[in-house]
Amino acid sequence: MAATTAIITQGKTRVRPRGGMTKKRAIDWLLFVAVILGALVVMVPFYLILVNAFKTPVDYATSGPFALPQAIDFTGIQAFWERVNFPQKVWNSIFISGVVAVLAVVISLLNAFAIGIGRVRGRSWIVLLFLMANLLPQEALLYPLYYMFKSVGLYDSVWSVIIVFTVIQAAFGTYLLASVLGTFPKEVLEAASIDGATRWQILWRVVYPITRPTLSVLLIFFFIWTWNEFLIPLTFLPSNASQTVPVAVSVLTGDRLMDVTTTAGAALLSIIPTIIFFLIFQRTLTRGITAGAVK
Amino acid sequence: MSVITRAERGARTKLPPEQPSIPQRKGGTAGYWLYLLPGFVLLLVIVIIPLIFNVYLTFTKWRGVRTPEFIGLENWVKIFTDEDFWTSFTNSVWMVLAMVVIPTTIGLIVAALLFDVVGRKFGGKVGSFLRATYYLPQILPIAVAGIVIGWMFRPGATGSVNQILAVFGIPAYDWLGQMPSALLVLMGVLVWVQLGYPIVVFMAALQRVDPELYEAAELDGANWFQRFSAITMSIIRPEIFVVTLTCTIAALKVFGPVYIITQGGPAGATLVPAYYAYTEFFTKRNIGYGATIATVLTILVVVVSIIFIRVQNSMERKERAGL
Repeated sequence: MAATTAIITQGKTRVRPRGGMTKKRAIDWLLFVAVILGALVVMVPFYLILVNAFKTPVDYATSGPFALPQAIDFTGIQAFWERVNFPQKVWNSIFISGVVAVLAVVISLLNAFAIGIGRVRGRSWIVLLFLMANLLPQEALLYPLYYMFKSVGLYDSVWSVIIVFTVIQAAFGTYLLASVLGTFPKEVLEAASIDGATRWQILWRVVYPITRPTLSVLLIFFFIWTWNEFLIPLTFLPSNASQTVPVAVSVLTGDRLMDVTTTAGAALLSIIPTIIFFLIFQRTLTRGITAGAVK
Repeated sequence: MSVITRAERGARTKLPPEQPSIPQRKGGTAGYWLYLLPGFVLLLVIVIIPLIFNVYLTFTKWRGVRTPEFIGLENWVKIFTDEDFWTSFTNSVWMVLAMVVIPTTIGLIVAALLFDVVGRKFGGKVGSFLRATYYLPQILPIAVAGIVIGWMFRPGATGSVNQILAVFGIPAYDWLGQMPSALLVLMGVLVWVQLGYPIVVFMAALQRVDPELYEAAELDGANWFQRFSAITMSIIRPEIFVVTLTCTIAALKVFGPVYIITQGGPAGATLVPAYYAYTEFFTKRNIGYGATIATVLTILVVVVSIIFIRVQNSMERKERAGL
């Protein structure tokens, strides 16, 4: 979704010289407090998830949404865990996102090698064509793909979602990597070529090692973007055994029969993997989204 | 282009645009097509063919079984007089407001504050921490974000928002069951989710601003706002552009939050094109009509992208001419 729009490029983050901590005026404190208040407002839903996930419905009814739980209670979390077979959903999500991330990076690299280094004819059109896959509303492909997957027996198989997202993520990767490889140091390539390296060898022994940092940022982004996707998994993975985490949560809570504490438990469980991921890769992520959004 | 000698290479100062970066032994650049093959085949099967199929479906009536029945322009005629369709596109304007205009504006202010005030006077660590906090909703699966908001705004006394209001003696309100609150809640969620993205991008962009420019302006007596509008805005304009374009496209395509929070309701009031197409496909089984809505949406996305890129190019040209 939104994160799909982030733009990744490699670049150094320059730290602006701060010149020490200058003296703080009243207005600075005021603005500081305003920014913190804003951050607190942003955190409210997270807080609500956290405190209510451990309450009993009775506790919730009496103490209200903001109070801390009177006793730590796992029934809500447990109810969700068992009803959706949570470990399986997490595994489906990890499997789909992981395979997509790897395949999409490989395809992006191959495409970008031909476009950025091979400079094939009409390459700007090719880049545009690939980029279309990423910009198009998925609804424009939805029914035809649904029909296609049904007729070849891939419907309700995680592979349908894997193939679709490999193409969509690789489209963005091609766009980005092609411009990165377009500025690849020519001397390095020439030296390798003089030493008798073939194109294939140049790709894997020269280009790949040097662009690895960019590729790893892409890999992480593809993983998260795929993890968070909703429409396509919702449509192509109807059965319990193949669903992803976001779909499982939405299907279960969609009926609105579930009590609030179970919903909070479901939300908590489903954001834990993302939060862990965020904490591990925070640095890479920020570098990825930030560094020169314009290329 | 076949064999490039050392001398030729030495004489060349700049790489001609149509030449590959690696000296070619034989066959020119044609061999590179092999590398494009896997990507291109996948693109063809997963994007291009389905897209064409989808356009074909706009001329048919189809329930998803047996063969599509060709009906010419019927769907296209219908769409222009379809009130729901116009509602969904009007709602896209609200989505753009919630995902582009508001987050970008607030994002600019917050990024400038975090960078200028917090970062400089309270330490970079505090600044980065707050930035991460604002960014957190962005990594949430939108489905999960939708569910959380959904239960916060539940009708009756179990909704947490109503419980808070009860403390102040305000009676419970059916937030998602009526207008305009349903649309406002939906927009609020999108602002909440979206805000972190411009903040992170703009903060990175601000690092490009040369502090000396600021100091010079300060010596000339410019206040903070003058410095911000004259220096900062002009330097981070490219980022503002990228954020606006990418978020506008995302706003036109928005689906998840509507599906989860309001289901397009009450009575179609929060319908958006993507959700509308989805229900035509899978609830009402009017595949041809759903395809028509999806096609119009696609055209809109393409047109918006072209306009954006044109405007940016002409702005760049003007800037270069002006300098």
